[in-house]
Amino acid sequence: MDLSAINPVLLIASLMVAATPILLAAIGELVVEKSGVLNLGVEGMMIIGAVSGFAIAVESGSPWLGFVASAVAGAVFSLLFVLLTQVAKANQVASGLALTLTGLGLSALLGQSYVGIRPPQMGKLDIPLLSDLPVLGPILFGHDPILYLGIALTAGVWALLKFTRAGLVLRAVGENHDAAHALGYKVIRIRIMAIMFGGACAGLGGAYISLIRVPQWTEGMTAGVGWIALALVVFASWKPWRALLGAYLFGGVTVVQLNLQAAGVAIPVEYLAMSPYVITIIVLVILSADKSSAPAALGRNFHASR
Amino acid sequence: MKLTTLLTSAAMALGLATVAVAAEKTKVGFVYVGPVGDGGWTYEHNQGRLAVEEAFGDKVETVYVENVAEGPDAERVMTQMALEGADLIFTTSFGYMDPTINVAKKFPNVKFEHATGYKRADNVSTYSARFYEGRAVQGTIAGSMTESNIIGYIGSYPIPEVIRGINSAYIHAKKVNPDVQFKIVWAFTWFDPAKEADAAKVLIEQGADVILQHTDSTAPQAAAQAAGNVITFGQASDMSEYGPKPRVSSIIDNWAPYYLARTQAVMDGTWTSVDTWDGIGAGMVGIGEISDAVPADVKTAALALQASLADGSYHAFTGPVNKQDGSVWLADGETADDGTLAGMNFFVEGIEGDIPQ
Repeated sequence: MDLSAINPVLLIASLMVAATPILLAAIGELVVEKSGVLNLGVEGMMIIGAVSGFAIAVESGSPWLGFVASAVAGAVFSLLFVLLTQVAKANQVASGLALTLTGLGLSALLGQSYVGIRPPQMGKLDIPLLSDLPVLGPILFGHDPILYLGIALTAGVWALLKFTRAGLVLRAVGENHDAAHALGYKVIRIRIMAIMFGGACAGLGGAYISLIRVPQWTEGMTAGVGWIALALVVFASWKPWRALLGAYLFGGVTVVQLNLQAAGVAIPVEYLAMSPYVITIIVLVILSADKSSAPAALGRNFHASR
Repeated sequence: MKLTTLLTSAAMALGLATVAVAAEKTKVGFVYVGPVGDGGWTYEHNQGRLAVEEAFGDKVETVYVENVAEGPDAERVMTQMALEGADLIFTTSFGYMDPTINVAKKFPNVKFEHATGYKRADNVSTYSARFYEGRAVQGTIAGSMTESNIIGYIGSYPIPEVIRGINSAYIHAKKVNPDVQFKIVWAFTWFDPAKEADAAKVLIEQGADVILQHTDSTAPQAAAQAAGNVITFGQASDMSEYGPKPRVSSIIDNWAPYYLARTQAVMDGTWTSVDTWDGIGAGMVGIGEISDAVPADVKTAALALQASLADGSYHAFTGPVNKQDGSVWLADGETADDGTLAGMNFFVEGIEGDIPQ
């Protein structure tokens, strides 16, 4: 065993990369659930984002265009969920699962000619002086721009929900859609916008995996990250900063356990491999012991006549 | 699930009528653990399938199901194939061993071929390639080229085939570089690009400048390329799109000749249960072109080793070799027997860490 082989600076830097796809998807889903909609299709929207972002980045040679395309594709794909649940009033759980299954299948079809291709690389942020700082440089200033976008989105969503009128309306729709409707707010329209925002975020998260983290396209490559993001939203008690904490914790333990394994620590690999799930859930369950609970209208469909 | 799965189910629903019509053709089924586009293990098996189609044309019909999880799901897929009228089924992953045996019992008239396993029956053959011979060549190049003296190894599952590869690579790296050290990460998957990329990154962060992989995707190659001064080897397939660096060479599986021979045997009615284990000499294991990133003297040594493995003048496990605990495994000049190799469950002396149980 040689723990000195683990470089804490590189470890923190890589845990941030590992956490970003989960964070992006979780923040999007958090907004969706705050509006009273339970969309279990995160995994499906992520993989659609991953394949379309990859395809566009390869075709255009620009990773930026790829990310834009992934957000658009995620949002467009979520319209399927909108159609089912907001227009046809179908069951949200079943529709969300359908979205995931459709997304996995459709992405495999779309991505068939992109297997084994290398995508164009997105440059890392390189600020002279700051990026060269000894410890803070690699941790804070040496990443790709999308990672910062994830943190900015977290801050933005937090501020929106807490301080703005729009956030208040969104929460009202999620807590009691009949009351919100009585006050004259367009419940369905607000929910559709929230779902599309969630789709765009999930798409970005997917593209982060296929364009930066791996970077490659293979079918089913999101490998359950969408489900972790879903669980994270619940355990984070629908609070953005806790979602960030949960994502970093999950990403962190994932990276640490691999580091420990490579350093030859005498803990059975099976325990190390399950540790990210166990530790993240335990910490967030402890954190969520306060009174905050789910949006009251979560998962319930709204119809103006009722 | 895949279109093929749907087709399989549809054919099953149509019942035996379909089978009667198709009886003229020899039907060959393939069960894959990853997608055919993985660029590695499954890709090469699929190349073998395509070779069968090309060689026999109208006389043969092939079906395949990809991304089949090891376990009960595999049993379901094999059963469907057998019901659908397959005459010969290739199951191409170690974890399909027990499912293959179970299904084979239910269909005594269907021939099964299980890759890399060790359980046989009257209608179950096993076949595998001596990948460890390729690992010996890799170890020689890796040991010569590493500057940090740390070689990272991404293991899939702790099964004999993977352990053999680690031991063989280590023995030959050590031979050319006594200071070499192996760091091993077990991914517990055959195919998960994200996990494989993570493992490669961690190994590189811990100082490894050579990455060997026993997982099927090209993600570790991409990670090595992003990191810069790291070399890798193509696994199961050439992975030449990552050459000349990071990918400096590769082990290529060539299943086509075997698949052709076995399909022919079924057609002729001469099929019997056999245990095939071929290496570089028989052409089942190929060494991909050694790129220009490798110094000329290292390349010469690697090619010489490859030649001696091919003509049988050298065995990759030749004593003196001790086990990890220091006890003697092979005396001076002694070579390992196939039985021990097939069930290898120990590291050789010098490798640190335990094999997960």
